[in-house]
Amino acid sequence: MAFREIDLNMGPQHPSTHGVLRLKLAVDNEVVLRVVPVIGYLHRGMEKLWENLTYTQVVPLTDRLDYIAALSNNLGYVLAVEKLAGIEVPRRARHIRVVLAELQRLASHLAWLGFMANDIGAMSVLLYGFEAREDVLDIFEEYCGARLTVHGIRIGGVPHDLDGALVARIRTVIDGIPKRLAEIRTLLDENRIWKGRTVGVGVIEAGDAVDYGLTGPSLRASGVPWDIRKDIPYSSYDEFDFEVPLGRNGDVYDRYFVRLEEIYQSIRIVRQALDGLPAGEISAKVPRVLKVPPGEVFHTIETPKGVLGFFVKSNGTDKPERVKMKSPSFINLQSLEHMCKGNLFSDVVGILGSLDIVLGEIDK
Amino acid sequence: MTPVVADFLIPVGKIAAVILYPMVMVVVMIWLERRVVALMQGRLGPNRVGFQGVLQPVADAVKLFFKENIMQRQADKFLFNISPVLVMFSSLLAFCFIPLGEPIRIGSYTLTLWIAESPVGLLIILGLSSISVFGVIFGGWASNSKYPLMGALRSVVQVLSYEIPIGLTVLTVAFIARSMDLVEIVRRQESSGVWYGFLMPVSFVVFWISAVAETNRAPFDLPEAESELVAGYHTEYSGMKFAYFYMAEYAHMVLVSSLVVILFFGGWLPPFPSVKALSFLHVVPGFIWYLVKIMFFLYLYVWIRATFPRYRFDSLIRLVWKWLIPLSLVNFLVVALVRYLL
Repeated sequence: MAFREIDLNMGPQHPSTHGVLRLKLAVDNEVVLRVVPVIGYLHRGMEKLWENLTYTQVVPLTDRLDYIAALSNNLGYVLAVEKLAGIEVPRRARHIRVVLAELQRLASHLAWLGFMANDIGAMSVLLYGFEAREDVLDIFEEYCGARLTVHGIRIGGVPHDLDGALVARIRTVIDGIPKRLAEIRTLLDENRIWKGRTVGVGVIEAGDAVDYGLTGPSLRASGVPWDIRKDIPYSSYDEFDFEVPLGRNGDVYDRYFVRLEEIYQSIRIVRQALDGLPAGEISAKVPRVLKVPPGEVFHTIETPKGVLGFFVKSNGTDKPERVKMKSPSFINLQSLEHMCKGNLFSDVVGILGSLDIVLGEIDK
Repeated sequence: MTPVVADFLIPVGKIAAVILYPMVMVVVMIWLERRVVALMQGRLGPNRVGFQGVLQPVADAVKLFFKENIMQRQADKFLFNISPVLVMFSSLLAFCFIPLGEPIRIGSYTLTLWIAESPVGLLIILGLSSISVFGVIFGGWASNSKYPLMGALRSVVQVLSYEIPIGLTVLTVAFIARSMDLVEIVRRQESSGVWYGFLMPVSFVVFWISAVAETNRAPFDLPEAESELVAGYHTEYSGMKFAYFYMAEYAHMVLVSSLVVILFFGGWLPPFPSVKALSFLHVVPGFIWYLVKIMFFLYLYVWIRATFPRYRFDSLIRLVWKWLIPLSLVNFLVVALVRYLL
């Protein structure tokens, strides 16, 4: 007698749905037939909320979107507003922004490494990843006082300068991370169980990945060289020398490797930015009440999760008429069913982990 | 010694001991696991209740004792209630056949450190350990919920598959010792002067891997895989019923470790029992050696758990059917042949 197909409800209270995601699964014994993500449990009406706030007041709220990588959200929004208002950001501020954004990428990828390894059952890696991330968060704490929801970038520049002591501290931290990573990699890279759980699992071909609108490391793991930092440089990314790591097979293992490699590239960028930190102002002159000339703008940046876009429409007042967000996690989540179909139930958590989604950004 | 003491008090004391001993070991094991895993992961772990947190499991037990027993309305009441008992019962009953040390002579009376010595003790323990899987299956099925059901399904396949290599490796020990009596097996290791773990390393490795799988421990903890099945077969259980499952799991680990020590590492014998120069090791009571060895294997459980990711269902089954069973079959034939020729 064949096993009856059953509907399995995963989440919103489930240990590995990364927050409040709910998946409606149809499984035949252990084989996944359908995956339907149900979202909205963390919806806070952010986009509507922003219409009633001034341009400056919106920035701290963007922290709450992708709370694992708050600074990247700040940067995305701030860049869009600056583009619309025609604010020229000083070169030093641009460099500091790159340092902060790349440190944020480090923190986000390290947290992701821990989460994903925990989903696959390597519980110690969670703690090791968080231990390394902690150092980066300490830098943020010293820089602006906050660790998670940092609000570390302001319209026109950055709120604080990077002084000598902090630069030295950043250097020690980024020097220490490869050593910590090497330790973690001895547990995973060549581990038979880990490879059995990741190699050839959740494959998405390059063409399908582009069709689904997949962005970020998950797209590059399928071998598509698309990185906004390289292709449409913003801030001062065009001044730095770094590589865009690419995967070949588009499976979970490649997504794991691409993110690991990105950690090393981020460290490279931070080093270069610190070495060539130009002197000068850290913020442009921005009026206290910022009134943006009427018009609309769309600006994209590369966050740790993928391509984050902000559409800002101004009507000439101090409040935006509309802010629309193209959130990478939301779009990346679409491809989950494609990756999971035909795989085993256990793989769903691994694949979901490898996509690196954050519910704050999906539900907005 | 008066007959009252010999015929009544001592058996009653032994029965109490056979319930207390696993419970104490379980408490120690729970504490050890949480502490050691924490230290391996750069955390502190429970260190508040009692010295270094040793009383944490007791505090947890008290908490669970006062928690509400929740049962789904659609659950099968009888099976739902009986399964934690079944699991606990089979784990505890098996301890009756586990010898804890050499008999102690008090005057004319010989105090044996086991309740029952049976010529087929090994078989009985294997049988009881198979009964405990019924508790898991019933519990998962009776919960009438999907995650427990999937956990139970995984458990059936896993435990049934892994019992084959366990049986085959246990047979090699029985062959060499020419006995299925656990006390006799230890005595044979003493007289032959070599622990069977060193004589038959393949048997030991296969047995240990299968034993980890049969106790549903990482990396084979699929029936209760937290990140997949929430808590697997005992998802719907709460309060003391959950505590029963929890304690039974640890009792099972202690049981399996005891079995490994008895079958492969000389039970209560000190290291190198036949070497004269090391005879001073006999000063330490056998029971202590036995505990040290058990603690080593319990530590190994924890160490493995902190190191490896979880197997996937299909590779778990592939491991047993494609590797462990052929390996243990070959091993069995080789041992049988050697035994026949010598």
